[in-house]
Parts: sequence; structure tokens; C-alpha cells
Amino acid sequence: MKIRHIVNFFGIVIWLLVVALISNWIGKQAYSWLPPQAAAESHLIDDLISFLVTLGAFIFLGVTGTLSYSITFHRAASEDLSDGPHIEGNIALEFIWTVIPIMLVLWIANYSYQIYNQMGIQGPQALVHLHNPLGIESAYAATGETLDEVPPASPPLENIHVLAQQWAWVFHYPEKHVTSTELHLPSDRRINLVLESADVLHGFYVPAFRLKQDIIPGHQINFQFTPIRPGEYRLTDSQYSGTYFATMEAKVIVESPSEYQKWLAKAATNKFTPAPNQAASEYAQTMHDPVKNGWVTVKPAAPPLVNYPG
Amino acid sequence: MTNIPIHGIGIPGQLPHPESPGDWKRYFSFSTDHKVIGIQYLVTSFIFFLIGGIFAMILRGELITPEADLLDRTVYNGMFTMHGTVMLFLWTFPSLVGLANYLVPIMIGARDMAFPRLNAVAFWMVPVVGTLLMASFFVPGGPAQAGWWSYPPVSTQNPTGNLINGQVIWLLAVAISGISSIMGAVNFITTIVKMRAPGMGFFRMPLFVWAVFSAQIIQLFGLPVLTAGAVMLLFDLTVGTAFFDPVHGGNPVMFQHYFWFYSHPAVYVIILPIFGIFSEIFPVYARKPLFGYKVVAISSMLIAVVSAIVWVHHMYVSGTPAWMRLIFMLTTMFVSVPTGIKVFAWVATIWGGKLRLNTPMLFALGALIMFVFAGITGIMLSSVPVDVHVNNTYFVVGHFHYVLYGTVTMGLYAALYHWFPKMTGRMYSEGWGKLHFYLTFIGTNINFFPMHYLGLQGMLRRAASYAPELATWNIVASIGGFLLGVSTLPFIFNIVISWMQGEKAPDNPWRAIGLEWLISSPPPVENFAEIPVVISEPYGYGKSEPLVAPSQH
Repeated sequence: MKIRHIVNFFGIVIWLLVVALISNWIGKQAYSWLPPQAAAESHLIDDLISFLVTLGAFIFLGVTGTLSYSITFHRAASEDLSDGPHIEGNIALEFIWTVIPIMLVLWIANYSYQIYNQMGIQGPQALVHLHNPLGIESAYAATGETLDEVPPASPPLENIHVLAQQWAWVFHYPEKHVTSTELHLPSDRRINLVLESADVLHGFYVPAFRLKQDIIPGHQINFQFTPIRPGEYRLTDSQYSGTYFATMEAKVIVESPSEYQKWLAKAATNKFTPAPNQAASEYAQTMHDPVKNGWVTVKPAAPPLVNYPG
Repeated sequence: MTNIPIHGIGIPGQLPHPESPGDWKRYFSFSTDHKVIGIQYLVTSFIFFLIGGIFAMILRGELITPEADLLDRTVYNGMFTMHGTVMLFLWTFPSLVGLANYLVPIMIGARDMAFPRLNAVAFWMVPVVGTLLMASFFVPGGPAQAGWWSYPPVSTQNPTGNLINGQVIWLLAVAISGISSIMGAVNFITTIVKMRAPGMGFFRMPLFVWAVFSAQIIQLFGLPVLTAGAVMLLFDLTVGTAFFDPVHGGNPVMFQHYFWFYSHPAVYVIILPIFGIFSEIFPVYARKPLFGYKVVAISSMLIAVVSAIVWVHHMYVSGTPAWMRLIFMLTTMFVSVPTGIKVFAWVATIWGGKLRLNTPMLFALGALIMFVFAGITGIMLSSVPVDVHVNNTYFVVGHFHYVLYGTVTMGLYAALYHWFPKMTGRMYSEGWGKLHFYLTFIGTNINFFPMHYLGLQGMLRRAASYAPELATWNIVASIGGFLLGVSTLPFIFNIVISWMQGEKAPDNPWRAIGLEWLISSPPPVENFAEIPVVISEPYGYGKSEPLVAPSQH
């Protein structure tokens, strides 16, 4: 009897170890399921995702492994009509599986909070009312409290206005008075986007940055992050905004600060032209179709006039 | 307890009642028999499940290619709006209400619900809701196209300029559905509190009854809020009020609070009865008592309470301040504690039992495994930084389809097979049932598992077109979707043929313990000729003790 207990105990320990090793491996794979890490925030979020995948895999394999063992070895023979043992519960076991999830939850919540705080220094901000608009100066001041926590080497903010409308993104660079439908960002510099919507809810989302913020009509929302990896990415509208919602994309170009300045200077010399707009062109096409396959829709806003259509 | 014995009724089967259990016409009548109403709910909602499924396959058809080339974008938007609406308001809610309608009175030893006429009225509102929604395809401008959330200002844009448009009809349908559900909730809670048989104390109630009780309490506190939100939005849309119109000083985010204050707890209204089904089915086919009965019963109530304070996790990126994000992250994660207790209790129930893997048990086990997976992705979503990335992507779509298809629909199939002999008096075919299970289990995973990867890559829900590099996994998901469409065929075939000419079912084909298994299959109109006196705990497997006192006659 004693030997059986010891064998059982080691069996469970070995099994838990195997599950832990497999979970650890799965957690490492999680990084490969994600887009490139183009912003400083991406690293933080990916670490958190990997941690949660590891923990989740451990729980999933633990539960389904136990179930599979039962399904395999605890089957009733077809002629066996007897009942199993009459076990109504076990206070100690029930106590353990109440306390362990509580501890896990506190652990996950605390880790998420730490990550959130690290992001929050640079990250998404709450609503600011339009009737108390934040200029460039006060936006800087508004984050003054958190700026104290930032290392002194922290670079200054690059302010860019983002206007979302049905169905186009328009970017305005106030310093050089450049307007563009392609979002250019200097790498390794803190970006402060001032998000505004002309009509309905939109969402600013660049998967490679792992960041998302809804844009609420009638409000200006400051949204800060730090791109770190030069390259070309995709901005999408993450909050359903009506008929041509899926077409509302823009190219995001992260480049070195010097290239960025060159681009700004060059774009500033361009004349304003209407940007190509997929929603507007699809709408114009359906207007010409002799057979109507769809229903009446909100008309897309006129393509924006920009110096740099991309 | 307040059951009034009806005089002149003695022997089941010889009841002087206009509705005999064998008469099919009563299913098309304004019947007040809870069992007839239960089956009316189940059949009606299953028809809408097939309609919603066709919508889903049309959506998956569009998503086989990255470009929007199969449908006009307005049609795609109408399709996903109606898919979500039909699946929630016309499939999951009414089908579970139907099951509860059938089972709760019998399980607590009552002859009917507390308010039989109210029950019938609540049911007949469901076809009205369905007819309204289907009719909205034929009004100028088509059906609602703002998603099942109907967030303003998109939902109030009304490009047709007509007073009668898809969105108005949608809001009316949702309001009617809400009223029907409130009626049902009042009826269920009254029935469970007041009509239990003698000896059926709260802690002798089967866990399905506990689950329904908890779920219906959520309906009572949540639905008034959603209905108020829907009415305000209707006013914004029709008579020009500006509750949610930012141009005239309204606040569109306020609607999101009204909406999610109910619509997140609504998930628990749907999942709690499925937990109840698990708790009923596992002990029967494992031949063991439910592990930790009292804790599982209380955890249902805890889930109902916590569900009231988690709704903002749908709004992490809606301009929500940091303190709110963090508080709601913690409350949301705490839902996993009572839920985890239940999962461990089921696993412990199965452990060391004498398992019989027939169709209901297979469906319940499959649903439990998928629920564990959905629960884990749910915890990931509750973490604010993770949600900032995957919010509104296919990661969320994959997560809630593991809940709503993998767990709820599969759990409901488990229940339908388990109680089919009781409801119809016929046995179903095991072979067809198992085929149905394997097709559903494989189809669900092929359809919804790739969605998690697509979401991590940033593919957005509700988008008719997407980045070309994501095509492969979308094709896989679409194949899974069509397989799920096919998987309903053996079920329909099995149910229809078995109901017409299946083998006659005995009173208790599964040797299960419960009041419903003590009466004939199908049960007589008044359920119990004599109200039983309950003398022991539920789930007394492995202990030879009678559930009820011997009849006094």
C-alpha cells in the first residue's frame, strides 16, 4: 500500500513536469504567431502573451490530460451496470482548487498591471473633452506627472494629428503643415497622435505596434507610443464604421528621424491633390452598375486633399 | 410546496384533458403546457439556428478570398449583423429557455410553471421577433447593418431616410425579445422559489435548476438596462432625440455601457444552463455523485453576482480611463474562480467513474474540453495589455465561438440527446448520434481554431476584405464552417426519423436519478399524478437510497 502511494506520487510529479515542459515550449512558440515587433510596446505585450500562453497551456493540458486518462482507463464494461464509488466531495481538494485559481488570478492581474504601467508611461490616454482642447503645450504638460518617471534621456514628442472619416485616414503634421494619407513616423522617438473623428466611431490599430484606441467623435484623444523598427506596416480601422469599413487602411512607414525629416521637407513642397480612396472609387463604381447587388449606403466623404497621397 | 393537487386526477394516461401527449396539433396551438412550450421553443429556435448557420456559411464564403468579391459590402454587413442577432436572440436564448421550460417544473416536482399563460405569451413573442428580423431583409435599405452591438453613430446614420428601415425593425425586435425574456425570468424565478415539491429544499435541487435560477436572476437585473438603451437609440433614430448623438451633445460611449451592462452578463445567461447540463449529464454516465454539489451550486450564484461587474472589459479601448480598465480586469479575472471550481468538480466527477461514452456523454465531454480552451483565451482577453492588441480581432471571434458553438451548442446537443427519450418517448439512433458528434467536434475546431492565429496577426472582425497573406487560414476556417453546416444533417435526420419510428423508450433508459426519470416517457400532461415527496439528495449514485417517499396509494 505504501509503495503504491509512492509510485502514484512520483507518477503525478513526472506527469506535471512533462506538462510544464510542453507548456514552456508552446509559450515560446507564441512569439512566432505575432506580427513583427515594430514598437517598444510590442515587446512588453508579446512577453505577456507568451506568459499567458504558457500558463494556459499548462492548465489546458492538465485538465484535458486528466480527462483523457479517465476516458481511456475508467470505462465501464458493457455488461457492468454497477455504480462507481459514492464520493460526494473532498473539502481539502475543493479548498486547494479554490485557492490556487485565486492566486493565479492575482498573479496574472499583477503581471498585467506591471506591463500596463510600463506601457502607460508612453501609452493610451483617456478621453479629453473637445470643449477643453489640448494644444501641443498642454498635451505635453498633461503627461508631466508621468514624464518624471521617464529616464531623462527620453526624446521629445513628435505631434501628429490623425483625422478618421468614412472611409479615409488623414494625417496632418503641424510643424511643416504637411497633410498625408500615408502615416510616416520617425523611429525611436515618442509619438503623440491627436486622434479625431469627423463622423462615427473609428479605431486606430496598427497590429505591428500591438496598440489600439477607439476614436470618438466630438473628442480629441492623445495616444502615445514609440516605434522602434523601420519598415512598412498597415494601419486599420478597428472599430466597425459602416459600409466600407474594411477598406479603411493606410500605410505606416517607420523610418530613421533623418529620413523622416527629409520626407517632411519634400512633402511640404508638394501641391495639394485628392488622395486615391478605395471607398469612394468602389462607391462610384456601384453607382454605375446597371444591376444593384446591394443596399443604399452612406456616401463616402470626398477623398481628402493632401500633399502626399502615398 | 404551493402545488395544489387537482381533484379527480388519479391515474396517469387517463387524464380528462383536451391535450393528449400524442397529439401533434397542440405544438401549433396556444398551449399552456410547459412541456409543449418547451418543445415549441426548441423547434423554433433550431429553425433559426439553421437560418443563422446559412448566414454564417455565406460570410465564410466571402472570406475564402481576401478581396470582397462574392457579396456587395452592404450585404456582407447585413449578413454578419443578422448572423449574430439570430444566433443570440433566436437560437441560444430561446433554445435554453425551451430546455429549462421543459425540465425545471418536472425536476422540482411541479405540474407546470407558476404562470402558464404568461409562459405561452413569452414563447409566442419569439416567432414575432423572428418574423420581424426576416422581414427586415425586404424593406428598402435592407436589414440592420451596424453589427449586433448597433453602436451609434453608425447605427443611427440611416442612409435611406425612411422612418421604417432595417435598424428600426432590429431595435423593435430586440426590445420585444427583451420583454419576452423578462416575462420568462419572472416565471422561472417564481416557479423555482414557490413550486418545489415537499422535501425539495434549495440544496436538494438538481444543478440544472440552480443554473437556470442564477441565469434568470441575471435576466431580471440586466435586461431592463439593455431595453432602455435600445429604446433611447430608437428615439435617436426616429424622433430626433440626441441621447447618443455627439453632434448634439449626446454621448455615444454611454450606449456601450447600456449595451454591455446586459450583454456581457447575457453570456452567463447562456453558459450557466450549459454548466447545469454538464452537472446533470456527467454523474449519469460516470455513475458517480456530482463532486462538491453545494460548492458547485453556490458557484453558479457567485458567477451571476460577479457577472454584473465585468461589462467594461468590452470597452478597454473605448476611451476608458486607466483606473476603470484595471478594476474591470480584476473583476473579470475573478469570474474564472467559481468557473474553475466547476470545471475541477466535473473532472473529479468523471475521475474513477464507470464511464459510458454514448452520444450525450461524448457531446458533454467535447463541450467541456472546448470550454476549458475558451476559458483560457477568455483570461488572456481580460488582461488589458493583451486586449489592447486583440480587441475587435478574430481572436475574440474565435474565443466566443468556442464558447457559443464549442460549449453552448455542443452542450445543448448533449442535452437534446440525453432527454430525447423523455421528451418523445422514443430512442434516438446511437450511430447517427456519434457521427453527428465527430463531425461537429472536428468542424468546430477547424472553423474556430485558426481564428485565434488570424486575430493575433491583426485580422479584424466584421471586415469583408483582409490582408492577402492571411488567406490560407481563412480558407481552412471556411472549410470548417461548411463542415459544421453538413454536421447538422445527421442530427436532423436522426431526430426526425427517431421521433416518428424510433424504438419505444422506457421511463428511465439511462438508469438516471432525478424526478423526471420517475415518470413515463413522454410525461403525462400534469407530470405527476401525485406530487412526490423528496427524501434524499440528488445524484445518489453508488448509494441505494430512494429519491422519493413511497406513494401513499
